[in-house]
Amino acid sequence: MFKRPHILVFLAPAVIVYTLVMILPLFGTLQLSLFRGEAFAGLDNFRTLFGDPRWSASFWNALGNNLWFFVVHMIVQNPIGIALAALLSSNRLRGAAFYRTAIFVPTVLSFVIVGFVWKLILSPIWGIAPGMLDAVGLKSLFQPWLGKEAYALTTLALISVWQFVGIPMMLIYAAMISIPEEVIEAAEMDGVTGWSQFWKVKLPLILPAIGIISILTFVGNFNAFDLIYVSQGALAGPNSATDILGTFMFRTFFGFQLQLGDPNMGATIASVMFAIILVGVSLYLFLVHRRLRRYQF
Amino acid sequence: MKVRRLTACLLAASALTAPAFAEDVTLSIESWRNDDLPIWQEKIIPAFEAAHPGIKLTFNPSAPAEYNAVLNSKLDGGSAGDLITCRPFDASLQLFQKGQLADLSELKGMANFSDVAKSGWSTDDGKQTFCVPMASVIHGFIYNKQAFEELGLTPPKTVDEFFAVLDKVKESGKYIPMAMGTSDQWEAATMGYQNIGPNYWHGEDGRKALIAGKAKLTDPEFVAPLEQLAKWKPYLGDGFEAQTYPDSQNLFTLGRAAIYPAGSWEIGPFTPQIGGAFEMGAFPPPVPKEGDKCYISDHTDIGIGLNAASKHAEQAKVFLDWVASPEFAELYANALPGFFPLSNGEVKLENPLAQDFIGWRKNCESTIRSSYQILSRGTPNLENDMWAVSAGVINGTITPADGAKKLQDGLDSWYKPAN
Repeated sequence: MFKRPHILVFLAPAVIVYTLVMILPLFGTLQLSLFRGEAFAGLDNFRTLFGDPRWSASFWNALGNNLWFFVVHMIVQNPIGIALAALLSSNRLRGAAFYRTAIFVPTVLSFVIVGFVWKLILSPIWGIAPGMLDAVGLKSLFQPWLGKEAYALTTLALISVWQFVGIPMMLIYAAMISIPEEVIEAAEMDGVTGWSQFWKVKLPLILPAIGIISILTFVGNFNAFDLIYVSQGALAGPNSATDILGTFMFRTFFGFQLQLGDPNMGATIASVMFAIILVGVSLYLFLVHRRLRRYQF
Repeated sequence: MKVRRLTACLLAASALTAPAFAEDVTLSIESWRNDDLPIWQEKIIPAFEAAHPGIKLTFNPSAPAEYNAVLNSKLDGGSAGDLITCRPFDASLQLFQKGQLADLSELKGMANFSDVAKSGWSTDDGKQTFCVPMASVIHGFIYNKQAFEELGLTPPKTVDEFFAVLDKVKESGKYIPMAMGTSDQWEAATMGYQNIGPNYWHGEDGRKALIAGKAKLTDPEFVAPLEQLAKWKPYLGDGFEAQTYPDSQNLFTLGRAAIYPAGSWEIGPFTPQIGGAFEMGAFPPPVPKEGDKCYISDHTDIGIGLNAASKHAEQAKVFLDWVASPEFAELYANALPGFFPLSNGEVKLENPLAQDFIGWRKNCESTIRSSYQILSRGTPNLENDMWAVSAGVINGTITPADGAKKLQDGLDSWYKPAN
């Protein structure tokens, strides 16, 4: 490193920028969470957050909702992403490029547009969802999903899945087409074809990509805020049913309506979010990532 | 561009040649009402300057969402204008406590306002007032006159009549009885709970009893409005749980709903949207029993105060006295129908619907929203809780009694009445 100073020179821009815009504010947040106004308070804010029945109820509600949001992504988005990638990489599909683009388009849309458009689609008054269900005789199935405590969060998670399913699809598709022909041919010589080929040959080889996607999903979901804020507002109704850590932190830090902002408690929640993400990523790196075997020639 | 430069030259030339009045003072006004800029420039400022030579005014609004932050930094940096448009309650109270707003208790014009009108800009004990009240918004119900005539209905006076009217509209099947959704939650609290509530908790009496700790949100008079809200559910139309505030506005202005639980600020925007398709009428929140005294939410919204650091305090007080006068009240109320003057003087309004709303002040007692003064200072925030509880009660996910208990428990957790 020090024998070859040009390495430092090339690293410097990224390190400096990242330190200024990410690492310093992160430590600023951690510092803010240890103060009450101007006075040093130690871990008092954390005691309030976990010890006060009202604060902790809001916190666990937000964390639980966040976990559910993540679970829906893992069990819906990623399997669908893998299935789509498998279909796209099959040689018999025509127009693969069109499908690939069409499925990827929502990913590049602004979440404001996505939230607004889906709110309109699902609107019981102007929406096309009730009409479409009516056309196939299933009008009775229609519910104002975004306004029901039982369904609102799942609905939002599925909207998010619709928006982002293109990313796992693309990553896995890339992993699949990078599987060498020799491996596939060898499998076919041994009589492994179709489904069993997917399970026994392709899946083990795309596992690293699935691992990366899982961790990206985890970090993204625990930092999620925008879609909920756009479609349900900062109070994340109905009755906090869609409140996740991001909206909880936002309301606390910046205040809302008559509620005045509380930077210290807001920073406390942000620090806890950081800790959750850190633990999650560490577990993944130490327990999962090291065991993944990559195909090597 | 050329024209502008020419005007600038002409202006500069005229400034140099015209005999300058040595005593001319220019006062600048900070405000968040950027929508009202033309009204100030075309109506209010000329009227004042004509009557008070020697004082000039400039109106410098910023965007509503940024106003508090911009104003605080200007005040801290000493660059704020002489006159400050005041948000009600805690935001302005903080400025007064920091010594940035001057005490106006001695201003002559203050005599034109009732204690309720002044409460938005007074200390908790009501002894000092620091802004002149400018306007309030009144809650009630706007209805579609055409729909009422068609179905042979008259505006209801009591709660029973109110539900009878809703039943008739529902039976006809032609209109949604009431345009309101619970998706945004605040509609349910502001146009629901705070609209019908004062009739039950007797306006100021109930509100002050809450602040004094003599009444609780679990008392019958505070639970009763929640019980009435729970009965609104069948009249709100399909899928009201996912209906947003703009949805409700559109449903009513498109003529698809008969009644709209409202705030008077809708008068201005609704009139052009309806475009004469039908006439609007309004009735005050129905009273529980025939002959009961009626109360209306007449919520203080905008005031104007004096920057304590202003170099022209004398001239600014002249302007503030004028703002407190009936003349200003009439000007302002007619320029912005739906924002009502708070002064006790007689004010003639030209907009018939605005006349209806303000006419209720004659027979009904005014009060302000119960959660705004003092009670929303802590965490959990009472106002936010009211949103969730009012919406939940209408959705049927929480009972009125449990909702009231949640509100009171939240308040008890941080609020200790002074006595």
